[in-house]
Amino acid sequence: MTAYNDMEIMIVAAARELENGATVAVGTGAPCAAAMLAQKTHARDLIIMFEAGGISPCLVDMPISVGDSRTFHRASKAGSMGDVMDACARGSVDYTFLGGAQIDMYGNLNSTMIGTNHQKPTVRFPGSGGANDFASLCWRTMVLTVQDKRRFVEKLDFMTTPGWLDGGDSREKSGLPPGTGPYRIITNMAVMDFEPVSKRMRVISIHSGFSFEDIQAHCGFKLIKAETLAHTPDPTDLELSVLRKDVDPKGYLIGR
Amino acid sequence: MNIGNKGRGILFTNPDPDQARAFFRDKKSDARSMKNKVVDLKSAISNYVHDGDYLAIGGFGANRTPLAACHEIVRQKKKKLGFLGHTSTHDMQILSAGEVYDRIDVSYGVGLEARGLSRCSRAYMESGTVRVTEWTNYALTARLRAASMGLPFMPVREMLGTDTFAQSGAVQAACPFTGKPVALVPALYPDVAVIHVHEADCFGNARFQGIAIADIELAHASKRLIITTEKLVNHDEISRDPALTQIPFYLVDAVCEVPYGAYPGGMPYAYFSDEHHIRQWLDAEKDPKTFRDFLDREIFGCKDHNDYLNLHGGLERMSALRAEEFFLHKEDHHDGV
Repeated sequence: MTAYNDMEIMIVAAARELENGATVAVGTGAPCAAAMLAQKTHARDLIIMFEAGGISPCLVDMPISVGDSRTFHRASKAGSMGDVMDACARGSVDYTFLGGAQIDMYGNLNSTMIGTNHQKPTVRFPGSGGANDFASLCWRTMVLTVQDKRRFVEKLDFMTTPGWLDGGDSREKSGLPPGTGPYRIITNMAVMDFEPVSKRMRVISIHSGFSFEDIQAHCGFKLIKAETLAHTPDPTDLELSVLRKDVDPKGYLIGR
Repeated sequence: MNIGNKGRGILFTNPDPDQARAFFRDKKSDARSMKNKVVDLKSAISNYVHDGDYLAIGGFGANRTPLAACHEIVRQKKKKLGFLGHTSTHDMQILSAGEVYDRIDVSYGVGLEARGLSRCSRAYMESGTVRVTEWTNYALTARLRAASMGLPFMPVREMLGTDTFAQSGAVQAACPFTGKPVALVPALYPDVAVIHVHEADCFGNARFQGIAIADIELAHASKRLIITTEKLVNHDEISRDPALTQIPFYLVDAVCEVPYGAYPGGMPYAYFSDEHHIRQWLDAEKDPKTFRDFLDREIFGCKDHNDYLNLHGGLERMSALRAEEFFLHKEDHHDGV
């Protein structure tokens, strides 16, 4: 087995969640790398969309921006933000990948601010961008983030993007489209889903070298443990080689 | 569901379509005519961007974004603008450096996507001097759509249940047909917008290549519109295939020919972004004194955009960025894939 790092296992585990023929709305960075890796391995017909209007491009280089020309290189369509978001609203987009500064046990995300005064935050982040739109309207939301107590928090400073809101049936009651919601949380240690009734985060698969206790120790709230815990298969030589040679040859994400 | 639930965010613009209709009716003598609207960028900004105006910038942060116009707005020291932080990245960084705005409708700002966060935009947003109302990218597109359609609002299904809604200016309502909860977002008519395109004629008929982002909606919603164009083309070139016109003349107040007007951002099929120089911006921000000197050199020390381009290698650098846009640096891929 080839050695791999934290970012590599995250991207590989995320890529495996995308089946051939699915549609996925992605941003820059690790989510885009995961979609590219899926497309170059098991999901050749994956349809990738970028919120600024790029639909089904051939991704030669990793985009720096969700609106740069790489996002519609040899694409099926260079459309508009409205085109892509409308597709999500109509129910045509299966998956989205998101990140954030904070995540809570219901998969709600904060990418807006740290502090208590919205008009004078301690730290200001970019805000929703398209994250709230994607998480509201795509069928399944996946989050890629590092397992860290400061990120996995009991209470968000600001709920930018909806997960399961307060758990239970609160998401559907809020008016967000039924059948949508957080699906997988993928970290450098584990893959998590949500317990179907309480909608609380639940560990379902653990990466090599970690235990449930390790994951709990790097999480600010109590995690549920699935009845049968899976072991995440290590990245294959093929996955690592495509990731290193074709997806991120300059090592922007995975390091050099 | 909380029908009637209202976001706390301030509305910085009037969503009343009749007020907008009266404005557009009275534009007959200037923008709504086929007259030569070509002016230099300095005059366009000075004539059409006034202190206190609500400003919108087209493109996507550093992609087909009129960054030359952003520099000119800062150079002219405009004050107390409202700003539409829709998909703003480097444009917001420039405008924050000039402290030209004091209120913002924001869906994405402060960050430069994969490049990291702008310290300058962050500090300005954390200072307490900017009034902030939150939205999402789709919600702001919907607000521009409503305005462009002459409607007072648009129903949307995002934002519900979140703090983004709570800090927005949206209102929750029940759909009269299905009973389902929706968020109503008010029409947004910017006082003035600047959009950068590949080609425009002297009347303002404009067309661009690549993604539209939200520029079509923005062009129709704005009360005044400045087009900056990579090159001016003859009107015959436009009328040869008018289906290609994305922004028609009657929306446009001024046309400025600004080659490489999106630099250091990228222009699809023309030049890629200058990542080296954008990195210099992010690095210079780390120290206030360094950043002041940097702005003095990069913006206030340049009389126009051409000066700025020459500071960064002029045409030679632009050729290199064109090669990068065409993947010529990537031998296996210069023919496409």
